[in-house]
Amino acid sequence: MDNNQKKAIMASKTRKEEEGSLPMRAKRSFRPTRRNFLTGTGAAIAAISFGPAVSFGAEEKKLNFYNWDTYIGETTLADFKKATGISVKMDLFADNDELLAKLKNGNPGYDVIVPTNDYVERMIKAGMLMELDHAKIPNFKYLEKRFQDAKFDPGRKYSITYMWGTIGVGYRPSKVKETPDSWKYLYDSDEYAGKIALLAEAGTVIGCALQYLGYSFNSTSAEEIAKAADLIIRNKKNIKTFAADNGQDLLASGEVDLTQEWNGDILQVMEEDKDIGFVVPKEGALLWQDCLCIPKGAPHPDNAHAFINFMNEPEIAANNALYIQYATPNAAAKALIAKMKDGKDYLENPAIFPPAAVMAKLEEAVYLGEARAKLIQDAWTKIQAA
Amino acid sequence: MESWRKHPLVFWVFALPGTFWLFVFFLAPLAFIWLMSLGEKRGIVDIDITWTLANYARAFEPVYVKIIWKSVWISALVTLLCLLIAYPVAFAIAFARPRWKPWMLLGVILPFWINMLVRTYALIAVFRTRGYVNFGLEWLYNALWLDKLFGPFEPFTLLYNNFAVVAGIVYVYMPFMVLPLYASIEKLDRSYLEASLDLGASQARTFWKVTWPLTMPGVVSGIILVFIPALGSFLIPDLLGGTNAQMIGNVIARQFKSANDWPFGAALSFLLMYATFGALAIRALMAGRKSSMEV
Repeated sequence: MDNNQKKAIMASKTRKEEEGSLPMRAKRSFRPTRRNFLTGTGAAIAAISFGPAVSFGAEEKKLNFYNWDTYIGETTLADFKKATGISVKMDLFADNDELLAKLKNGNPGYDVIVPTNDYVERMIKAGMLMELDHAKIPNFKYLEKRFQDAKFDPGRKYSITYMWGTIGVGYRPSKVKETPDSWKYLYDSDEYAGKIALLAEAGTVIGCALQYLGYSFNSTSAEEIAKAADLIIRNKKNIKTFAADNGQDLLASGEVDLTQEWNGDILQVMEEDKDIGFVVPKEGALLWQDCLCIPKGAPHPDNAHAFINFMNEPEIAANNALYIQYATPNAAAKALIAKMKDGKDYLENPAIFPPAAVMAKLEEAVYLGEARAKLIQDAWTKIQAA
Repeated sequence: MESWRKHPLVFWVFALPGTFWLFVFFLAPLAFIWLMSLGEKRGIVDIDITWTLANYARAFEPVYVKIIWKSVWISALVTLLCLLIAYPVAFAIAFARPRWKPWMLLGVILPFWINMLVRTYALIAVFRTRGYVNFGLEWLYNALWLDKLFGPFEPFTLLYNNFAVVAGIVYVYMPFMVLPLYASIEKLDRSYLEASLDLGASQARTFWKVTWPLTMPGVVSGIILVFIPALGSFLIPDLLGGTNAQMIGNVIARQFKSANDWPFGAALSFLLMYATFGALAIRALMAGRKSSMEV
């Protein structure tokens, strides 16, 4: 049992004592929050199931990393182990909602997580992230200036950008007449009926529909969101499926010819299949940053800091970015890549680093509160049921 | 029967682990979900138990009723298909030579040992446009020289529609139908069948008048074992379904994940459970009435 579990038990004990001292009041205002309840029972179960393997002082050489699929270099974790002796256990999540759901009742034991910017904001507001100790992450200085601060995390107290990119259209050039450079082809046209996949993330799918209609990705207007939902419902007959982070596989296997996807996922399958392209629609699309964060209650916070620092070593960051084909925020890594033989392919690829004209049209998702989240989810249920 | 009174210690030693398990890992979480279904969301992670019925009321909005109705008919169709396929299979196993029986049963049970997720992904590889079914059909098509007559083979769209969902659920829950049917057919007293045939009934009449009623318990438990889990399935529609395939299980799963609305998800799960209990109670009532009439 590690310190964290002990702390949780202590916390549940003090809570009990407080309730004990005020029996009448406690009875009338019976309002267990989900988190209280679960950390309480969780701690009790942990106390039952784990032996007395208490470790004090230095952390055990372990790290639990919760990451997206296909989102880390082939040898990065092995390199980390070689450098520090810490072995990393990696679990995968398919979308931010899954990540949030896993962590919101207390951290099940993850040390480093990779939420996207709007979810970083949401998790900060919910008090789910641990403040970073920047003294332990000296490699932060390698990040480009624009990533050293962020609106969603002023002063980067809780998060450090891991990769950034866009969401656009992955397509099969041999099966389309012209470059599908508009959301029209996916949201508002019969041209590729039955050959279209959209993402399964409500916020993104509706957000891009909003952009197509000329509104903001972050619109909070119920009327505009309803219009976006109607647009999707109208075009549902042409959409094959809402793909949960596997649109690139559907595209690669010939199941669809157009898919809404993260740029790097498409670039990864492009390496194997030359007949695949990626384009950011002219109406604009999503600009995102995935960030390395340490959730509260992480069992190995020191290892987590070491890991985040390691990921920002220029050489490591460069190899990692080249492997997963996402844009690194690490300026030193980019300088290294520029010196490599095929470095130009990466740095000058418009699908990885969009040209300024495209960048100008991209929007970052903003966390706009639970009421807006419900609006989006209700619209999503309606879309699914229609 | 009364021996536990004489040896209370033995009784408690045996009963305690099971009781503990039941309470801590089943009844307590269930009670908590039930409490939550009467609560309200406050902020991102907190829930207050306010004893509101708003979550249940929301479940009766048309959009959810429509999804529930769809889930019911998909599950009913799945159950019917399972029954139609499983009955002959169970019959064949029950009447097979004793030497073959274990192997045939193994064939039914074997897929059970493989994770359902893996099997469902395997179905994707089987059904997709460039999948094994279409490859097989294309080979056959070309082998019969049909491509010379009618042009190249057009692959069928087998994935991401209701067909794929129904096929997937039938495939996964088939053993739940075969095994109880096999058990009741196996128990069947063959001399009844002989008597019926000897007395001049046709094969069909024997089946409907003798075999079917006598295997009814197996049929009923098979239906229950398939229909209830089918009603709650969410993984299969998620992976194999298209844009219209969502079932009530998906809506519930989404409330707990992306929608972050546990109270509503809890209310929906409990409605499903009430409905199941209701159906089981009606069945028990009918069974009870029937047996009392016969007596």
